[in-house]
Amino acid sequence: MSGREDLSFGDAASGTPWEAADDLPRTPESGGARVDHLVVLGLVPPGARVLDIGCGDGSLLALLRDRRGVDGRGIELSREGVNACLARGLPVIQGDADTDLENYPDDAFDVVVLSQTIQATRNPRIVLEHLLRIGRQVVISFPNFGHWRVRAELAFRGRMPITEILPEAWYETPNIHHCTMRDFVELCRAVDAHIEKAAALDARGRPMRFSMPWWFWNLIGAQGVFLLRRGRLGAG
Amino acid sequence: MDNPLDTAVTAASATEPEIRSREPSQARDPAGLVARFEAGQPLTMDSGAALAPFQVAYQTAGTLNAARTNAVLICHALTGDQHFAHPHPVTGKPGWWTTLVGPGKPIDTDRYFVVCSNVIGSCMGSTGPASIDPATGSAYGLDFPLVTIRDMVRAQAMLLDHLGIADLFLCIGGSMGGMQVLQWASLYPERVFAAMPIATGARHSAQNIAFHEVGRQAIMADPAWADGRYLEAGTRPSKGLGVARMGAHITYLSEPALHRKFGRRFQGGSAPTFSFNADFQIESYLRHQGLSFVERFDANAYLYLTRAMDYFDLAADHGGVLANAFKGTKTRFCVISFTSDWLFPTADSRAIVHALNAASAPVAFVEVESDKGHDAFLLDEPTLFSAARGFIDAAARARGL
Repeated sequence: MSGREDLSFGDAASGTPWEAADDLPRTPESGGARVDHLVVLGLVPPGARVLDIGCGDGSLLALLRDRRGVDGRGIELSREGVNACLARGLPVIQGDADTDLENYPDDAFDVVVLSQTIQATRNPRIVLEHLLRIGRQVVISFPNFGHWRVRAELAFRGRMPITEILPEAWYETPNIHHCTMRDFVELCRAVDAHIEKAAALDARGRPMRFSMPWWFWNLIGAQGVFLLRRGRLGAG
Repeated sequence: MDNPLDTAVTAASATEPEIRSREPSQARDPAGLVARFEAGQPLTMDSGAALAPFQVAYQTAGTLNAARTNAVLICHALTGDQHFAHPHPVTGKPGWWTTLVGPGKPIDTDRYFVVCSNVIGSCMGSTGPASIDPATGSAYGLDFPLVTIRDMVRAQAMLLDHLGIADLFLCIGGSMGGMQVLQWASLYPERVFAAMPIATGARHSAQNIAFHEVGRQAIMADPAWADGRYLEAGTRPSKGLGVARMGAHITYLSEPALHRKFGRRFQGGSAPTFSFNADFQIESYLRHQGLSFVERFDANAYLYLTRAMDYFDLAADHGGVLANAFKGTKTRFCVISFTSDWLFPTADSRAIVHALNAASAPVAFVEVESDKGHDAFLLDEPTLFSAARGFIDAAARARGL
């Protein structure tokens, strides 16, 4: 285990946990925007070209467009979601992270966002490799299966966990590839992704704003958010 | 483009189609507006021909604004016409796209100036094989040059020049109309602000070419076709054209829709007649479709327009790479397909979307759940309307309309 200590969550250079963007409100009341979206907002530079995969009703893309002036595109599985995006004037295609990413050229976007979706893909490794290929930077968030409540459900109740951000029973959940934050760090290593920043969020998407060792985050973080970039092998 | 599912099943028509010998009046003297291009303004065609003089018949709705920024071009399908919002001059039926176009509709004629022209090679007033060849004084027939989708689009561009419309707010169409939309966006990207290709493909598939060939052979096998000179012969290949329409009409529907509408139900009674009369409702329906079609359409025009669709392959025109057809485009796209469309299946639309993604074009894509097959784009499909409204309204905001 000690061999993995260097994969600390947080700023890779300073070794301290990453504090989310400066303009992040300290309260969850944030002008109607979801707090986890504001975390992403803090990571996207103004005017960037952004692809949001699994963009839902387009609320993140609309936020990025309105506050950051980004040129945003989206992929969404549900017809209702796509229609909601169209009504917001967002160019969103009905599609699937597992099948539609291979058609995008390399470096097509400055930032690719995959929010709360990778655990629902059939092949998370291939999806992540495409994200790193398509985007110069990748923002990825997922429910942390290492969270203490998840562990407690398994350890003490012997049941698959049902929590605030994992509300479905095992037999009807779309989430077929759960991982912990540590597992995800391993995947990043396997696909040669460089972790630029990382943060743990609570169940409501609020970043945890205190310095703690990484193993503690893996225990108390309900969600993980990572900012990735192609590693040295894939660096252009 | 009769509305296939709302058309009442008419009484069994075991009677022979009436052979009509009257001149195709709409081909030469159409209802609505006509733009004439004289000898000095030929239409340069892909075949190498320079068509002159020629005319483009069209209809409009709404008002062009002072800045001339609110023009919408509707591109019609294979057997469609320019009467998108006006009663059909032959059948008297309402305009074929009044579901989507009109005051307060997604294409709001209170806000936009909507133009639809009959394609070159058709028979509703734009120059085609039923028009008079000035060199001979009789109908072109098969002397008319072969037409391509690009030729249709070039003629539409000349019409817009004639109308003083520099660029389109929106170019929209389904099926062959969708092919024209793609061709517009590729050929004149700076003239198309937003594009909506519906139930279409960037090329005609082998299966679709095959269906078209069966239709053409049915026409040409009719002795009344007279090697294409039926107008002089005083005949009309109504049987051949009717059979062509019956075959094609099946491809516009879907098995579930046919089953829902007709099943195996008998037309008059509950038992077979042990004859080749139209026992089944579906037979009666198809015969009706064939009969009503020959009333309004010219057989040679059907040959030419099916050929134009067959030849369409936008990728082939760009080195085999569809994305190159849209390189550097600023046009915003909304691509729509229907789940039960087996003539232009969703895979065809996805190929367009993937190419637009590869070209970094802003593209939206919706697959509409419908069991009504290819012709769903002409029907009352709320998901189509909501997607169209969302896309068009947002595009209008972006254009400051």
